[in-house]
Amino acid sequence: MLQGNQTWVFKSKPVIIGSSAIGGPFEAQGNLAEDFDILHSDIWLGQDSYEQAEQKILEEACETAIKKAGLQKEDIQFFLSGDLINQIMPSSFTARNLAIPYLGIYGACSSSMEGISLASLMIDSGFAQRALVGTSSHNAACEKQYRYPTEYGAQKPPTAQWTVTGAGAAVVAKEGQGPRIVASTVGRVIDMGLSDPFNMGAAMAPAAVDTIEAHFRDLNLTPAYYDLIATGDLGRVGHRIAADLLAQHGLAIPKEKLTDCGILMYKENQPVFAGGSGCACIATTTFGHFLNRMQKGELQRILVIATGALLSPMSYQQKETIPCIAYAVSIEM
Amino acid sequence: MEKFMLAFIIGGFICVIGQLLMDGLKLTPAHTMVTLVVSGAILGGLGLYDDLIAFAGAGASVPISNFGNQLVKGALQEAEKTGIVGVLTGIFKITSAGISAAIIFGFLASILCKPKG
Amino acid sequence: MLNNKQQDKAAIQKQYQDFASAREPKRPIALNCIRAFIGGGIICTIGQGIQWFFINYFNFDEKTAGDPTVAVLIMISVLLTSLGVYDHIAQWAGAGSAVPVTGFANTIASASLDNKSEGFVLGVGGNMFKIAGPVIVFGVFSAFIVAIIKVIITSIGGM
Repeated sequence: MLQGNQTWVFKSKPVIIGSSAIGGPFEAQGNLAEDFDILHSDIWLGQDSYEQAEQKILEEACETAIKKAGLQKEDIQFFLSGDLINQIMPSSFTARNLAIPYLGIYGACSSSMEGISLASLMIDSGFAQRALVGTSSHNAACEKQYRYPTEYGAQKPPTAQWTVTGAGAAVVAKEGQGPRIVASTVGRVIDMGLSDPFNMGAAMAPAAVDTIEAHFRDLNLTPAYYDLIATGDLGRVGHRIAADLLAQHGLAIPKEKLTDCGILMYKENQPVFAGGSGCACIATTTFGHFLNRMQKGELQRILVIATGALLSPMSYQQKETIPCIAYAVSIEM
Repeated sequence: MEKFMLAFIIGGFICVIGQLLMDGLKLTPAHTMVTLVVSGAILGGLGLYDDLIAFAGAGASVPISNFGNQLVKGALQEAEKTGIVGVLTGIFKITSAGISAAIIFGFLASILCKPKG
Repeated sequence: MLNNKQQDKAAIQKQYQDFASAREPKRPIALNCIRAFIGGGIICTIGQGIQWFFINYFNFDEKTAGDPTVAVLIMISVLLTSLGVYDHIAQWAGAGSAVPVTGFANTIASASLDNKSEGFVLGVGGNMFKIAGPVIVFGVFSAFIVAIIKVIITSIGGM
């Protein structure tokens, strides 16, 4: 049901009956290592290219989520997936291997929650019984495509972020036990004229703020309603900007309640500059860490806001600025 | 000993110019290198870069600015021998070693190694 | 001429950019310059040493020692790039490792390595000059202009 301007409230509250988080070596040394189902010690996974390795990780995440849901591939009606590689190659090739009817999506680093929103919509409206949502990112593949060759000696500024190598997947269903998706706010594309691909946090913060405001406005709620409000990958820089911006707009969120997956992912001593980023950042944190905490009873209601920067290597070369988007998904136990 | 110190100081100084272009003017590494190469070509044309090399040795010949200088030198040396068409035929004469080595060893690296990511 | 709506938008964007800029960690320019100075100085000193080596142990003189010196530096840079070490040096040294010819070799080697997965012809061959290309193109073009100007001036009776 549409509520307000841009928020979907799912009356039937679709259930996440199984989810998975797969990570790489950096994530294995990070803060959330225990909430990953599988951690790889190298980024190649025995493949011949970074992109093929990313596809393998995504496939692994999907299969693990299906298994944890106690199902077979054949029980899933639709597969929604997106990633950062050109033409969402890992997603398409995973879809080929899974042989599940496929809807490829693209929201850059916000793809996971775009997928969850659409899957919930399908389930709530009776157009699906069980849908699989997946996303992935790979540090080397992302650097190679968006920035510089991985062995290239370009000095990164302190605002740069570290793309998570990993994948997250979730099976959303009409019936079952598990955390439930209550509502989802679809964001608008916001562009504040920033163009530095080494400073995504500042570019994405306004989009996160816009969607958060829309969410609370549409549902007539306040931040007090949620135990935790987490943005996807604003990193330390974007997180600070977003917090201040929200306060300036009269929607201050207490420090203990507002967090960011890019900050949570890694330890202080890891060389990740401003924090984690990439599709897998919010996906692995949510489908692993947050859902685990909810199952343990530590969290009852959370709001996750996936943020994405919709630039391409070409748009940057053509001197375009970076348009960004954010999707907010409300999950309750 | 003095030659080594001058190489260190002048080489370091040229790199600082590059760092200021990258951090101060927010130029990308590619734009920074292009700026230095073109500057080297202009200074080479004015006959000043070779004086710098005589003074600082490797401190001036190792930075990428010398690449621009050598391109100009090659062109001018050939032009002196064969006329204006020498500008075209001579450009890569002096820099051939550097470019060829980079291509050959870069290619060899791709045959023998895998990137670490 | 921007109309009112566009001017408002531009003003809002500028306001945000200042807001964001005040909350960002600044690049440590002074520290980076010191590191660039040290890193670049060391590489050039190594170059000087290699040149000395070629002059004193092989039959090279000041003029001809340049070529093998550059070749050796390039080999070292490609080796360090292949070992996955050059990018770590570069994060510390910044322009100190990008500006010397070792940086040039690093651009070619790193691009070659990363695109190996697309094959040797299209991948390695087609992408090798991704970052080095601009240096060669602009180096050659500016050298061409400078040389033509100098030749013309000399023939008119100048320098």
